Amino acid sequence: MKLYISEGNPHCIKALAVLELTGVKCDIEVISHEEKVVPHLSRPVSPALLLPSGTHLFSPNSICQYLYDVSGQAATDATSQWLEWEATNLQPAVLQSLHMVALQGKRVEAAAVMKEPLNWLEQSLSKRSTAFLTAEVMSVADVVLWAALYPLLSDTSFEAGELVRCWFGRVDSLSACRAAAHRILQGNEALKTFLQKHTASLSPRRDAPANTDAEDECVMSVEEIEAAAQVWAEGLTARSAVIERKHPILPQEGKRNVLLTSALPYVNNVPHLGNIIGCVLSADVFARYGRLRGWNLLFVCGTDEYGTATENKAREEGLTPQEICDKYHTIHASIYQWFQIDFDFFGRTTTERQTEIAQDIFWRLHERGFLLEDTVEQLRCESCQRFLADRFVEGVCPHCHYPEARGDQCDKCGRLINAVELRNPQCKVCKETPVIRSSKHLFLDLPKLEGELEEWLDKSIGSGDWTANARHITRSWLRDGLKPRCITRDLRWGTPVPHQDFKDKVFYVWFDAPIGYLSITANYTDQWEKWWKNPQQVELYNFMAKDNVPFHSVVFPCSLLGAQDNYTLVNNLIATEYLNYEDTKFSKSRGVGVFGDMAKDTGIPSDVWRFYLLFLRPEAQDSAFSWADMAIKNNSELLNNLGNFINRAGMFVSKFFDGCVPEMLLNEDDKRLIAQVCWELKQYITLLDKARIRDALKCILNISRHGNQYMQANEPWKKIKGGDDDRQRAGTVTGVCVNVACLLSAVLEPYMPTVSHTIRAQLQAPPTCASAQLQGSGSFVCSLPAGHRIGTVSPLFQKLENEQIEALRKRFGGQQPEEECVGAKTQSSCSASVETKPGASQADLNTDPERVKHLTTLVAEQGDKVRALKAQKVEKSVIGEEVAKLIELKKQLCLAEGKSPAPAPPKGKKK
Amino acid sequence: MALRELSSLERFLGLKKPNKYSTQGGKKVPVLQNNNGPALIGLVTIASHLVHEAKRAELLGDSAEQRAVVQQWIEHRITRLDNCSKEEVKVILKELNQYLEDKVYLAGNIFTLADILMYYGIHHIVVELAILEKERYLNVTRWFDHIQHYPGIRHHLPPVVVLRNRVYPNGHH
Repeated sequence: MKLYISEGNPHCIKALAVLELTGVKCDIEVISHEEKVVPHLSRPVSPALLLPSGTHLFSPNSICQYLYDVSGQAATDATSQWLEWEATNLQPAVLQSLHMVALQGKRVEAAAVMKEPLNWLEQSLSKRSTAFLTAEVMSVADVVLWAALYPLLSDTSFEAGELVRCWFGRVDSLSACRAAAHRILQGNEALKTFLQKHTASLSPRRDAPANTDAEDECVMSVEEIEAAAQVWAEGLTARSAVIERKHPILPQEGKRNVLLTSALPYVNNVPHLGNIIGCVLSADVFARYGRLRGWNLLFVCGTDEYGTATENKAREEGLTPQEICDKYHTIHASIYQWFQIDFDFFGRTTTERQTEIAQDIFWRLHERGFLLEDTVEQLRCESCQRFLADRFVEGVCPHCHYPEARGDQCDKCGRLINAVELRNPQCKVCKETPVIRSSKHLFLDLPKLEGELEEWLDKSIGSGDWTANARHITRSWLRDGLKPRCITRDLRWGTPVPHQDFKDKVFYVWFDAPIGYLSITANYTDQWEKWWKNPQQVELYNFMAKDNVPFHSVVFPCSLLGAQDNYTLVNNLIATEYLNYEDTKFSKSRGVGVFGDMAKDTGIPSDVWRFYLLFLRPEAQDSAFSWADMAIKNNSELLNNLGNFINRAGMFVSKFFDGCVPEMLLNEDDKRLIAQVCWELKQYITLLDKARIRDALKCILNISRHGNQYMQANEPWKKIKGGDDDRQRAGTVTGVCVNVACLLSAVLEPYMPTVSHTIRAQLQAPPTCASAQLQGSGSFVCSLPAGHRIGTVSPLFQKLENEQIEALRKRFGGQQPEEECVGAKTQSSCSASVETKPGASQADLNTDPERVKHLTTLVAEQGDKVRALKAQKVEKSVIGEEVAKLIELKKQLCLAEGKSPAPAPPKGKKK
Repeated sequence: MALRELSSLERFLGLKKPNKYSTQGGKKVPVLQNNNGPALIGLVTIASHLVHEAKRAELLGDSAEQRAVVQQWIEHRITRLDNCSKEEVKVILKELNQYLEDKVYLAGNIFTLADILMYYGIHHIVVELAILEKERYLNVTRWFDHIQHYPGIRHHLPPVVVLRNRVYPNGHH
């Protein structure tokens, strides 16, 4: 028999320790991480045990169990349960955590990953009185778990419960264990090498802990449940006050001062949904959330107005550039207003302050020798009689050969391009081939600033929240090496370059536009420097889509670092991926997609748009807007889940308790619900603190899902008709539900401000309830105590009907329907094509078995109810109402099963 | 999923009265409430328990060596096969195919719990395989066909058609 081990591989510790503890005779051979000993496995693994029969054992736990087995200790239910838990739950968490500690230095996150498994272990230990996991004596389970935890818990400062520590110490004190651990993990380097190799070969699993933490249901301990119930009972306290916003908002000592910007939209285009979710809407959710959390927060944005695109548009429309900017600035402002983007200030870049500040930064860079002079070859279109701005040239990308690369950047490979490097350049306006002319320009000396930039980036990325794409894009920029970048342009519509030798030139937009953040703030308050020259007190967040990352993470910081004026640099860079439109791109020219000004013409409320866009927010990968999906999400999540719960909670209070919140005597079920809701609330806060906006939205929906299940299980509408005990129970359940509804209004506020306020008005909720429950790590309290009188309750959401959605899809589809018709013809006749597609996508997206099950029960219940009423010969109008409800439920069931609902029932009955 | 295979296993083992199970957590880990002791958690643990209850300990292996091999393949099933990615599926099939080259069952020449649980866990993958792929993983297919025809195993799962004669006789790639 032979045991193969490799140094640095923590799995080998247990095998080695067990070998020593059981005293089984066996050879040991040390192999490298690359050596393959098990013939049928395609990757090298260790430990591996070669059995006398010639078979290999490659599972560390099976090796341990085997060694115990041959020494006379067979597996029991208890030991095998621990081994299974170790393999399925503990091991993945340990690996993830180790990776964070050893390779990334993220100790806090590493501890968070281990929290759940360590709690479970602590609880299990607390339930028994024995010294070890399964008995008074040590078993295979103890060694296996000890070894798994050893790399983390051998650091005595790693957070773990008292009982876990005691138990760990008992196993750890055995010399066999110590020796095994030392032999495998001599020094940290071996472990690091193993981890690097291991994670490189690890393919992502669908249930990898990193991705599911938002969806994981928690195992709740008795203590957690009691603690949540206690917090709940405290109710709203006096210390929670509503903070009024007073302009100008300035940084305050002792507060968290957050300066928030969203990428400045370019003025000559109407923003499409992708633009809106990418910057202003995401930033707005975060701003609203921050204000609720009591941060001292300033949210600024504005239109980016300089550049040739504006000049061109002006020529097209026969206006001056200024007039164009005025016109479109108003359009932008009104779109954002409709979307309820709550800027503290929405400015523009064509202002005096812009000129002042841009020129100041320019001079400071110039004085400090960070500008270079050079002649530049530039493309000039002879037929249009002007130099072509980068965006006005198109051609083949010199790097990846993408045929539609722009003069400044390739949309395909994302690399920056010098317009003259484009192959087969074309003037975008007249399609002529431009000629190359040379002229003198100024360059920002990025290579000279590179060292300082990297030092700052390490600090900023290390301490702040940068989305993964932002980090990658930035890193790839630095890896390619920085080159000097031209900051001047031969144009008229721009901030003039103040230097004598360049007096008929303007600043290039990429240099100029980010300075807009500063000048817009300066137009908001004279004391703008308190925000922008105050890195000690201010935390800066930039929101944008990923194409804007390099300008915010490399180029603009270089301008500010070079100016050496104690500027506030970005601490948190939150970038989204792209949003597509029904699997194609938004295109103004082809008329494809929904643009900001059209959203309100759809008749769909602003809040629903916000909800759906945020639900789709392209956080980790591109996502796609789809009408059919929007209808499904509206009907299933908003109407049936969220709206249904809140409405029913309120209706029960009105109908059964005369509009007064009943007395609540909590039993275990109620406390468990409170603890579940509280857990989701804490998740919500953890996620939003990191600007994971889409993930946090799922927590809100989970809260109302828990609420619905709880209501369904406790049936207050039945109990209210029962005896005193039952009526008491109905009261408690109703009271808890209406308080959950009140909490929902709070967590919804950043996402759906109007709905949130409507709920609060309907419930007559105290104004402090939102901010109070979102303080600290979040606390779910009874904010509507017994006796509280609520207002009039009415439905919050409306159903989006198939026909309505179909009409919208056609209207905004541009030239798309042609293609779809062709595709659909192969399935059925063309007239049916309109039905086929949304039906099919519904089936993909929404055949949620849980929901189908839930709805099936509801349909059955409602059917019984109708039959009962008919048997009792109740008034016709009452029966009619119930029948309508039944029909509606059946329709939802069809929808949930992915079928298209049966033809609409005869109209005329009230819903 | 896990609950259905446990009830199929109960029927195979001929246990008289079916147990009631619940699940725990987002991954829906099965839990068996037990009258004479604490609840049992986890597919492997519960399945092994049922085998003992049915006095069919030989299904867990006759010797220490076999017991270890059985345990290892069941662990392999729940840690690697369950929820694995598309890419990983190919690796798992390839490895399993090579392993089964000279074996009738996972533990060699005797039928064990490892075969049952691996069969339940891999069924949804084998169902999806094209004929060419089934031939590429010939040993897996042979083993699979063997298990699905083992009396009393298939219960909740549809049969998968396996062709006896090869369609792609030279398909070694």
